[in-house]
Amino acid sequence: MRSFTYERAKTAADAAKTVAETQGAKFIAGGTNLLDLMKIEVETPTHLVDVQDLGFDAIEETPEGGLRIGALVSNTALSAHPAVRRDYAVLTRAIQAGASGQLRNKATTGGNLLQRTRCAYFYDTNMPCNKRKPGDGCAALGGFSRQLGVIGISDACIATYPGDMAVALRVLDAVVETVKPDGTARAIPIADFHRLWGDTPQTETVLEPGELITAVVLPEPLGGQHFYQKVRDRRSYAFALVSVAAVIQADGTGRVAFGGVAPKPWRVEAADALLQQGASAVVAEAFADARPTEQNKFKIPLAERALAGILADARG
Amino acid sequence: MEFNAPATENLFDRAKLVGKSTPRIDGPLKVSGAAPYAAERHDVVAGQAYGWIVGAAIAKGRIRSMELGDARRAPGVVAIVAATEHEPVGTSPYNHAPLFGGRDIAHYHQAIAVVVAETFEQARAAASLIRTQYDAADGVHDLARVKSAAKIGTGFSGESMKDTLGDFDGAFGGAAVKIDATYTTPDEAHAMMEPFATIAAWEGDKLTVWTSNQMINWGKRALASILGIEADNVRVDSPYVGGGFGGKLFIRADAVMAALGAKAAKRPVKIAMQRPLMFNNSTHRPATIQRVRLGAGSDGRITAIAHECWSANITGEDGEHGTLQTPKLYTGANRLTASYVSQIDLPEGNAMRAPGEAPGHMALEVAMDELAEQAGIDPVELRILNDAHGVVPGDPETKISDRHLARCLKEGAERFGWSERKAQPGQARNGRWLTGMGVAAGYRAGPTAKSAARVSLSADGKLKVETDMTDIGTGSYTIIAQTAAETMGLPLDSVTVELGDSNFPVSSGSGGQWGAASSTAGVYAACVNLRRMIGEKLGFDGDAADFQGGLATLDGQGWQITEAGALSADGEMTYGDFKSDYDVGTYAAHFAEVRVDAFTGEVHITRMLAVCDAGRILNPLSARSQVIGGMVMAAGATLMEDLHVDKRFGFFANHDLAGYEVPVHADIPHQECIFLDTLDPIVSPMKAKGVGELGICGPNAAVANAVYNATGVRVREYPITVDKYLDRLPALA
Ligand SMILES: Cc1cc2nc3c(=O)[nH]c(=O)nc-3n(C[C@H](O)[C@H](O)[C@H](O)COP(=O)(O)OP(=O)(O)OC[C@H]3O[C@@H](n4cnc5c(N)ncnc54)[C@H](O)[C@@H]3O)c2cc1C
Ligand code: SF4
Repeated sequence: MRSFTYERAKTAADAAKTVAETQGAKFIAGGTNLLDLMKIEVETPTHLVDVQDLGFDAIEETPEGGLRIGALVSNTALSAHPAVRRDYAVLTRAIQAGASGQLRNKATTGGNLLQRTRCAYFYDTNMPCNKRKPGDGCAALGGFSRQLGVIGISDACIATYPGDMAVALRVLDAVVETVKPDGTARAIPIADFHRLWGDTPQTETVLEPGELITAVVLPEPLGGQHFYQKVRDRRSYAFALVSVAAVIQADGTGRVAFGGVAPKPWRVEAADALLQQGASAVVAEAFADARPTEQNKFKIPLAERALAGILADARG
Repeated sequence: MEFNAPATENLFDRAKLVGKSTPRIDGPLKVSGAAPYAAERHDVVAGQAYGWIVGAAIAKGRIRSMELGDARRAPGVVAIVAATEHEPVGTSPYNHAPLFGGRDIAHYHQAIAVVVAETFEQARAAASLIRTQYDAADGVHDLARVKSAAKIGTGFSGESMKDTLGDFDGAFGGAAVKIDATYTTPDEAHAMMEPFATIAAWEGDKLTVWTSNQMINWGKRALASILGIEADNVRVDSPYVGGGFGGKLFIRADAVMAALGAKAAKRPVKIAMQRPLMFNNSTHRPATIQRVRLGAGSDGRITAIAHECWSANITGEDGEHGTLQTPKLYTGANRLTASYVSQIDLPEGNAMRAPGEAPGHMALEVAMDELAEQAGIDPVELRILNDAHGVVPGDPETKISDRHLARCLKEGAERFGWSERKAQPGQARNGRWLTGMGVAAGYRAGPTAKSAARVSLSADGKLKVETDMTDIGTGSYTIIAQTAAETMGLPLDSVTVELGDSNFPVSSGSGGQWGAASSTAGVYAACVNLRRMIGEKLGFDGDAADFQGGLATLDGQGWQITEAGALSADGEMTYGDFKSDYDVGTYAAHFAEVRVDAFTGEVHITRMLAVCDAGRILNPLSARSQVIGGMVMAAGATLMEDLHVDKRFGFFANHDLAGYEVPVHADIPHQECIFLDTLDPIVSPMKAKGVGELGICGPNAAVANAVYNATGVRVREYPITVDKYLDRLPALA
């Protein structure tokens, strides 16, 4: 770990400004991802701006009938909130399928959206990795890629966004609210939040330098039955091989997003439209452009079978 | 004391403490954090500095240069010992790969430097400032590619690992029912909770290491040989070990680098190896490719049995001998077992819990399941039908000491509800779940090794036991206290046990499931000497007297043993030649029930049962913990554990605990362990055998067989993960 300086920000605008203007500065929230990466020098910030005193820790109803979740609400608090459990059960299920109880107590809503990939080579600084060091090459291509992406990836990087919460947020069409260093606010639909990184895998979201997440807004409830199925090699405390978030209505229509397969939660609206035709039609549409490796091509039939299970359960 | 004839009736047959479930005496210390592990021993020596090991970034080649200046100038740095400035250290018979090998790199993450600083953080930060240039060399990192160059391996005692009996080819060719199947098991990591850790301090020529090690005397001699110093100048102390599973049988880089760092820094140095270094710096269980051929009559009686195993290691020696159990388990007149080893450029392969046998069962006991199906015989019945009696099937000159495998199978089947199992696979379905049951037999040798102890009686009737035996979480403290209290006729709470210090008499140490049987026998030998001394002092025959309640009685006369005053006796148990006529084994029947998600193929274990035959069980409570711990590890080996070899860069890519998955609580819902009340007179006066490795021999195969029974899909490439059989699962309705 490299030495760094540390401050606790007093206002959101100050925090954003400091990070934008200080070379090598980064926000820290729960620290559950950032500190791990700093210990192995995958992340080497020189200055940390701690955002935990900024508030942003409430869950409130919006005038539109949705919920505004502060960026610092813990994963535990969010998943346990009565309105979330009642109206957005897919979100509760997704969060509770992730990490462990201790980590969820510390992990924040904002930090979770920005957790970095779990590619083994990204974690080993002896290995070439374009995401860690642009232009370095990608050790995962032709290597251990079983966990990595099958769609939306590029020749520069085949990693995934590994998280669970965002997959549910994608099905719910949540909106990420931010403050920029110049003090202006903006609202970014979750669909646009994570980038398909192409040649620049080091840039994973559309956030500008210093842009601070303040909240995530859920639109009004969708109704329907909520599912989150996470397929993994052990029953807890493991990242998804494939996860499926779905909200299925009584008539068999609905929405579905896939995790563990792409640089972002993977949802294709044209595939949603095929839900009444069954899992194979949906997956064929959603993964039409897939480019899996020999090691991870199983993810596509796995996604189909997991969705088929959900649809069977939805029919009861 | 030499054990040179089968045990007859003795005091342990009337025992009040030995054989009774006894909570671990170190338990309260462990759960309250009062038992210090190596890196927590802040009080043993003052002025401890912190060391951080730097690992090589290539799998094979040579260091061209190391730029050390920035690191040396970094805040807090006290000393740096680097490969370019230091001779390679020596070797020991226990290590295959160099622990600090100078410029030559034999494997990824080989230690190439230690940075010593005032704080842990300073050492770590400075280490990252070292810039190393390499000349990488080509290596071969793929077992399948080196397999054809393999040669016949040698066993633990130097014996050839190839054995034949009768005419295998002829008998197999003519067999009515045949199985010929190949199985693969991956490289596996010990992944113990406590990392390698050592505090090293020099006093002149004398070195003390407070470390985490299973075999104190091996460690003392190895460290001396590696550092080129006298063994008498080395003290090793390891009273508590946070798991080892074979990974801590030998001295590792933490101890060597702490010793070198302390020498350079001229003060004590502490190192706890960082988790990401553990997987490639140290040892692992090597991967295997195993071919099993079974030929039987239509009645299911085996006539031909062949088991061949291929593995590889960095030196081309010391393979993972998956065939070890095969000569022992089943009858059959025509046999071939062979274990082959080749050279491979990967980190050092070495012992991990039940080396050889654990992966060996994953082949043999699945092949038995395949044979049962082909022959149309119940898998429990097939095993009973081919059970061995009297002599070892693969070595008819050798007698079986005591064996009740058929009883294990029958009682287990009854207990587990085996009759509910559907013989036809893929037939039991409950909603989205396909359910199935599997069985496997288990064999693990029950070895003993000579072991010594010192027992000291104080004038107030307290007894202290000292031996360099280790407690690696197994319960050694407790069974040793039970044995000493029983033999001396004292209450358990008047006995204290001190372990793990090389200044104490040399014990068997902990490994190969020999520790429990051997170390207690050594303590018994010391106690017998103490009884004799007491008798001499007080004027009676200590061998003939009965010791109970602090009193020795003989021929109607009684003596308070405290009247003898403070006395101390050493003793050692050694073993006579008569034992070589026998195979001393431990046996088990393992059962597993699983449910498999018909959609995703995910396997959930729902129940596991082990019925064990291992002679007298010294402490059923801690023995049960050993067996169910083995079952957890077996579940991991079957369903998830897999060191992924990057065959281009030559290293294990998933080298942390997020990437190398071991079972979590949710994976292990219900486990049961039953011990038969057997006694083995050949093993030792205690008639007790170890169980620490029996628990991982067979449950792996039982789970695999249950997955097959649930799905009708046989996966022969471990671990059984969804990617390996999704396309073969029954079609969705
Ligand atoms: C062992 C382990 C297992 C895990 N398993 C799972 C799993 O199964 N599923 C899953 O989804 N997750 C999993 N996680 C990830 C975990 O959910 C994330 O680490 C956590 O959500 C990150 O939140 P944090 O608040 O701790 O973020 P931090 O570590 O504090 O920050 C993460 C990143 O976000 C940035 N950041 C934080 N807050 C803001 C903000 N308000 N605005 C802008 N930038 C910000 C930081 O600069 C940093 O780059 C696991 C983590 C661990 C360590
Ligand atoms: S897949 Fe991406 S993260 Fe992984 S090594 Fe390649 S560039 Fe790095």
